[in-house]
Amino acid sequence: MTIFVAITINFFLFRVLPGDAVTNLARVPQSTPQLRHALIVQFGLDRPKWEQYFIYLKQLLHGNMGVSFAVQQPVSHLLLTDLRNTIPMVTVGTLAAVFVGVFTGVLSAWRRGSPPDHISTNLAIFFYAFPTQWLGMMLLILFAGVGLPVAGMVNPNAGVFYPEPFWQHLGDIGQHMILPAATLMLTAYGSYTLVVRSSLLETLGEDYVLTARAKGLPVRRIVWRHAVRNALLPMVTLIALDLGYIVGGAVLIEVIFSWPGIGESMFTAITQRDYPMLQGGFLILTVSVIVLNFLSDLLYFRLDPRISQ
Amino acid sequence: MSTPIQDLSIAEDVAPAPRRRGFFIGVLRERKAAVVGLAIIVFFVVLAIVAPYISPYSASAQSCGVYAPPSIHHWLGCDDGGFDMLSELMQGGRISLVVGFAATLVAMIIGGGVGIVSGYFGRWIDVSLMRVTDYLLVIPDLVFAMVIADLWGASLFHVIIVIGILEWTTTARVIRAQVMSLRERVYVKRAKAIGSGHARIIWKHIMPQIGPLLIANTVLTVAIAIYLETALAFLGLEDPTATTWGTILEHAFDRTAISSGAWWAIIPDGFAIALVIVGCFLFGQAIEDALNPRLKVAHLSMRRWKIRTLVGRGADAI
Repeated sequence: MTIFVAITINFFLFRVLPGDAVTNLARVPQSTPQLRHALIVQFGLDRPKWEQYFIYLKQLLHGNMGVSFAVQQPVSHLLLTDLRNTIPMVTVGTLAAVFVGVFTGVLSAWRRGSPPDHISTNLAIFFYAFPTQWLGMMLLILFAGVGLPVAGMVNPNAGVFYPEPFWQHLGDIGQHMILPAATLMLTAYGSYTLVVRSSLLETLGEDYVLTARAKGLPVRRIVWRHAVRNALLPMVTLIALDLGYIVGGAVLIEVIFSWPGIGESMFTAITQRDYPMLQGGFLILTVSVIVLNFLSDLLYFRLDPRISQ
Repeated sequence: MSTPIQDLSIAEDVAPAPRRRGFFIGVLRERKAAVVGLAIIVFFVVLAIVAPYISPYSASAQSCGVYAPPSIHHWLGCDDGGFDMLSELMQGGRISLVVGFAATLVAMIIGGGVGIVSGYFGRWIDVSLMRVTDYLLVIPDLVFAMVIADLWGASLFHVIIVIGILEWTTTARVIRAQVMSLRERVYVKRAKAIGSGHARIIWKHIMPQIGPLLIANTVLTVAIAIYLETALAFLGLEDPTATTWGTILEHAFDRTAISSGAWWAIIPDGFAIALVIVGCFLFGQAIEDALNPRLKVAHLSMRRWKIRTLVGRGADAI
């Protein structure tokens, strides 16, 4: 349902709103009125809006998102390649952020009020506040000298003269991924730290923690096995809600590190006025975030049986 | 082994019940974070107001060499066009703050309106408004803003509107929840019983009660608005002639500040943005914590009390 809404909004955004993107398409330089008319008919712009809408829906169901103005290739193909590049980077970055966030959050809650808690909480707030693009540029400045690759996804010279072995190729990508993923980790982990901290503090006040202590269990076991497992439940929702933010961050990161992913494509599409590409990228990103949110809701039901009752 | 959980016993300051007047003074008195946050915000706002009078050079005229390093005359060095960085930062802060606050104003009007209407009237109005809210809540906001800003064309006004129509969702949800509970209060029912109209009830009895909550959300939204502004500017979707904190970063990135080693064109700007966001975050969060009844219950609950009595008795008490 929401996906349907997303598609509809996507359609209206691009065709009905002022600043009509599609009419720009007929604005070919030095075009004759005949050519312009021919283009309008070819793209179906002379038909009523509702008919255009149904054509759009039908084509979308067939996986047809139009043809990129700039490269003259189907948008869906281009975006699929981009998506394959984006997903590993974003996954690695997000997972790293979750790990760091959980560890610092647990540490903060465990040693509440102590210097480590203050340091990690304040650091989290600061990293949360720094603009993504700024952090990316900082990493560029700091690590460009160390020899870490700072742009692109693979070494452009590798595999030109002889095919590269698979593992070497993977290692190459991994090396290029370090800085982008690290930037994503730094921008995203702060909010996780804060949420884990407050959620764990709340959990540590529960009766079953008291019971566990009454049984004489070691502290480490109480915190990790009893409290943390329950305190992490809100994280599922938070990560899902954060996805929009992470995708936005990924766009900026891809632009900075020239990572050939969907964010960079959208950025290029903006500079080249490549509307089909922009529309397709927007659709894919919104729909995937919505789907992932839905999945996280399902996961939450599985993880927390108290809700489904 | 016996120390770790002891810290749990430290009772956090519990804010007094929100009184109408003096609530903010109470928050400021009880929470150090709120004071720090407010101080940061006030500092930058004052700086933005007096910027034209105290900035050492003009932000629109060359005054030194390209990427000249910091010196006595130019404290923060110069940018790619030979403009004084410090003056540019002050000027940029002015516009960035205006964009942040203006966008937040738009967001507050939409969010507050949607929250009040859907919380107060409920039923299908609530359902349909919340459906829209949910959609905007999950959608990647930067991507959405990119698309709209691009379609409308790059200008400061568009950026303000775009951020405004994207960032009202959390406010709407928080306000809605509050209004739903206010609606059931006795004094509202009484007002209804003596024949007050909807408009009067909302204006006289509900609006004053959500004030602090709205302000907490406003402050938090300012942070997000400034963040989005810098991101949009970085992607070149803002008026290219305007100097804002976002465009300063964009210019530095586009015009090879990194490879020229001109850290002074990048670092101070990032810290300025981060400080404002931290300030907003600390202040807004402090108000929200003081308002959150759940936190208060947790701190006053018997469970905490029991834990406290257990601490530090004998070797095996944790």
